[in-house]
Amino acid sequence: MGAPPLISVRDLSVGFTGRTGATVPVLRGVDMAVCRGQSLGIVGESGSGKSTVALAAMGYLKRGLRRLSGEVCFDGADMFARTRLELEAIRGGQLGLIPQNSGQSLTPTLRIGRQITEALRLHCKMPEAEHEARVLDLLAQVRLPDPEVIMRRFPHELSGGQQQRVAIAMALAGEPDALLLDEPTTGLDVTTQAHILELLRDLAAERNMAMVYVSHDLGVIARVCEEVMVMYAGEVVLQGPVRQVLQDPVHPYARGLLASIPRLGERHLPVALEGRPPAPGEAGQGCAFAPRCGLAIDQCRELAPPMAPDGAGNLVRCYRHQDVGGLDAARQGSLPRRCDKRSGAALDLGAVAICYTAQGWLERMLGHAAPVLTVEGISIAIRQGETVGLVGESGSGKSTILKTVAGLLPPVAGKISLCDKPLPVRVEQRAPDQLRRVQLVFQNPDESLNPRHSVADILAQPLRLYYGLKGAELYQRSVEILETVRLGAHYMDRLPGQLSGGEKQRVAIARAFAAEPEVVLCDEITSALDVSVQAAMLELLNEFKRLKGTTYVFVSHDLAVVRALSDRVAVLYQGRLCEIGPVEAVYGPRSHPYTEVLLNAVLEPDPDVAPKLMAADVVELSPPAMGCPFQRRCPRKLADICDQKTPPWREFEGGHGIRCHLPPEDL
Amino acid sequence: MISMLIRRLLLGVVTVWIVSVIIFAGVEMLPGDACTAFLERDAKGEMLAHCREAQGLNQPPVERYLSWAAGAIQGDFGTSMSGDQSISEMVGLRVKLSLMLAMGALIGGVPLAIFLGVVTGIWRDRPLDVFLSTGAIFAMTIPEFISATILILIFSIWLGWVPGIVITPADAPVLDFFPEFILPIVVLGMVMTAHIMRMVRTSVIEVMASDYVQMATLKGVPFRQIVFRHVLPNALLPAINVVALTVAWLLGGVVVVEMVFNYPGLGRMMVDAISDRDLPVVQAIAMIVATTYVCVNLTADVMTMILNPRLRTLYMRAK
Repeated sequence: MGAPPLISVRDLSVGFTGRTGATVPVLRGVDMAVCRGQSLGIVGESGSGKSTVALAAMGYLKRGLRRLSGEVCFDGADMFARTRLELEAIRGGQLGLIPQNSGQSLTPTLRIGRQITEALRLHCKMPEAEHEARVLDLLAQVRLPDPEVIMRRFPHELSGGQQQRVAIAMALAGEPDALLLDEPTTGLDVTTQAHILELLRDLAAERNMAMVYVSHDLGVIARVCEEVMVMYAGEVVLQGPVRQVLQDPVHPYARGLLASIPRLGERHLPVALEGRPPAPGEAGQGCAFAPRCGLAIDQCRELAPPMAPDGAGNLVRCYRHQDVGGLDAARQGSLPRRCDKRSGAALDLGAVAICYTAQGWLERMLGHAAPVLTVEGISIAIRQGETVGLVGESGSGKSTILKTVAGLLPPVAGKISLCDKPLPVRVEQRAPDQLRRVQLVFQNPDESLNPRHSVADILAQPLRLYYGLKGAELYQRSVEILETVRLGAHYMDRLPGQLSGGEKQRVAIARAFAAEPEVVLCDEITSALDVSVQAAMLELLNEFKRLKGTTYVFVSHDLAVVRALSDRVAVLYQGRLCEIGPVEAVYGPRSHPYTEVLLNAVLEPDPDVAPKLMAADVVELSPPAMGCPFQRRCPRKLADICDQKTPPWREFEGGHGIRCHLPPEDL
Repeated sequence: MISMLIRRLLLGVVTVWIVSVIIFAGVEMLPGDACTAFLERDAKGEMLAHCREAQGLNQPPVERYLSWAAGAIQGDFGTSMSGDQSISEMVGLRVKLSLMLAMGALIGGVPLAIFLGVVTGIWRDRPLDVFLSTGAIFAMTIPEFISATILILIFSIWLGWVPGIVITPADAPVLDFFPEFILPIVVLGMVMTAHIMRMVRTSVIEVMASDYVQMATLKGVPFRQIVFRHVLPNALLPAINVVALTVAWLLGGVVVVEMVFNYPGLGRMMVDAISDRDLPVVQAIAMIVATTYVCVNLTADVMTMILNPRLRTLYMRAK
């Protein structure tokens, strides 16, 4: 550690002017130092200020924010004191950024080639004629197939993983000494995420760069960082080597965060972290975490603890860090409720096939070929009280199937029945009672709740529609339902904008349960939420299952979440079923090659567990015309048979089925 | 992409056809007919019979619609009630004059509006933006006849720079209208500029706050290059449709402004035809305005499609 740090942040406070005119701090006294060749991870829940720190390292603050105190140095000089010209030279040059959502961070009207060339022209002294070759070189370096083709594409013509790679190539164009990564893999499939992280690790080692990773995903941090900083309410609460922080964190918040992450290998539901973080400016004079802390004593509430070494290599902001170990005993995740194997049928999908693009009369007249089916041959029988998880990468048709069950997207073939009675395919043809019995909860509560309806209005809709309640009775029932999702009557008058992400999703779940449904369709309902909130949602769903015996169809790209809640799991690839069976069997040793690929790519929040990357990370827009849908990416592909013949179902004990040509003993 | 074009074109044709049926049926449903309306008290005996003969009103409505529509397709809208002039000729003259007014307002107004919209959008909430945006709201909300009157008062009565009223007859060569057309163009241009400017401003603000502009800033792209390369192409796309609507509005004849300045454009002709109860002329103008709207909107949609890579691939893929 002889060399001075490349990026150093000292006592940085950032804030904005609130409505009352008072200054509201977003960051409070943050210190950070990263040297060449080092990688630092910043973790925390949304609103903890982690992205603000990363952007501040570039001397950039979002509109409305301003620096209150402290300094941010890059290469020895304060970024906020530099002139615009100096900043333009550093940003994208020595200091590169890989943004959170690269799909939205690439200019939609410019071709990929031009966007990368722009960075080259600004930051590299090389003749114009060499630019194209260099762009191709960079695209190849981030392992994009067909760089010549990609170069001429527009951003929206690429998949999420490809866009992320382009963003990395663009950051590398300036030959940076340091890279800032703001949630570089959030929103990507597990397989793509694992590939991108491996790429970043290799690049960092190759070029001896300093890296700052911002992520809420501890699995990502475990994979790529040596040092971790945990942030809470705009403060750093714990900093230390990755192994220490992730395996035995000495701060109660970090411990709670870690416990709230579902693990692939565990049967228990994760433990939710109670309460919510303070809004900016809300934190009082004591420790910001004290209201949610199981160890808090009077001292914690009166005087904020200082950052102090714990003697084992960590810096921690807690008076009671020595007693943190005792917290674990009190926390034990509840077991998911299992369904009764003899219960009757709830939802039955029979050979459902779905197609998004309907062929118009003009296309038919012009002789265009019929479009490929998005989803084909899905047959799943779900028992009452059972939870079936649907997993697969994006584009695997998981959400499409839910839409069809909800009646929003009529299938082109197959039938759906509810409790042994056929269910009309279109939502308009369903009787009110049929509508009531199937409810859908969407991924993003920001979009699924009407921002101008109060919580009372939102809950009143199903109650009025299905039960004809009004007046005092309606209010009474609404409050009851609100209490089942652990929100009180005082939430009734609030608008969705006044709720946190977790509270919004609770309201959305409450709305679905207000109808007393038999089947609840959950479309990625936890993926927009922080892990701690996600754990609380899973507990809530499990409780409804216990009390009411609700049947769930649970769609998620997160295999650990699906494992935590489901009785059975169905694995989908390109809208085709690859494997279905009880959780233990599917997550067990015998599985479809695709399931194996997915499971191996999952990142665990443990630096000692490395993902195994098998299948090539190629994007397929449509399944092959014949043979096994997974043929092009399968690491265990047999000869021609996989290309030509649709694989057979191989049945194993316990209703475990795998669709593969491999002989049963090899699976 | 081709199939999409064909589809839109067919849809446009169908729209114009439906409009023609509605216009024809509407006129047909009025009590009396074109001749009784036009002749008023004289509508009796030989005069009425003669008029009906001349206008072909003795045939059944369906037949009349067909021959009217067939004529309209070839640009022949029959003869007017007063003076038995060819309607196409009369209207053609006025269309030319309206077009001149519209072109003048567009050539001056659109670039100015885009420039002001970008400037106010980029430096939002600064004094310049507050000043210009407030001005735009005034320009949009003050009725045209008031702004026209004020301009006449200032520029032709007090300063005496330009004439305040048009006295050149409609059939004079186009250039004879200079400098009479300056004030009408300024009045129209003001309203139009204000509308487009506010639209562009909103759109620029939205794009400036986007992730890709933040990314460009953090990539070290100089400010001017961010504006021209990253902001403008994206911010101007939604403006195309607003410009199209304005163009259609201008071409459709701007009755009030034409009345105030006594400008012999399409709008005034329409008003005259209505007060003369010259129904064939009213029909013809209504058809021309409807067709203009359809064409201009179609052009705008196709342009948006060509300039927006996202839509372009969408339709390419649909092919």
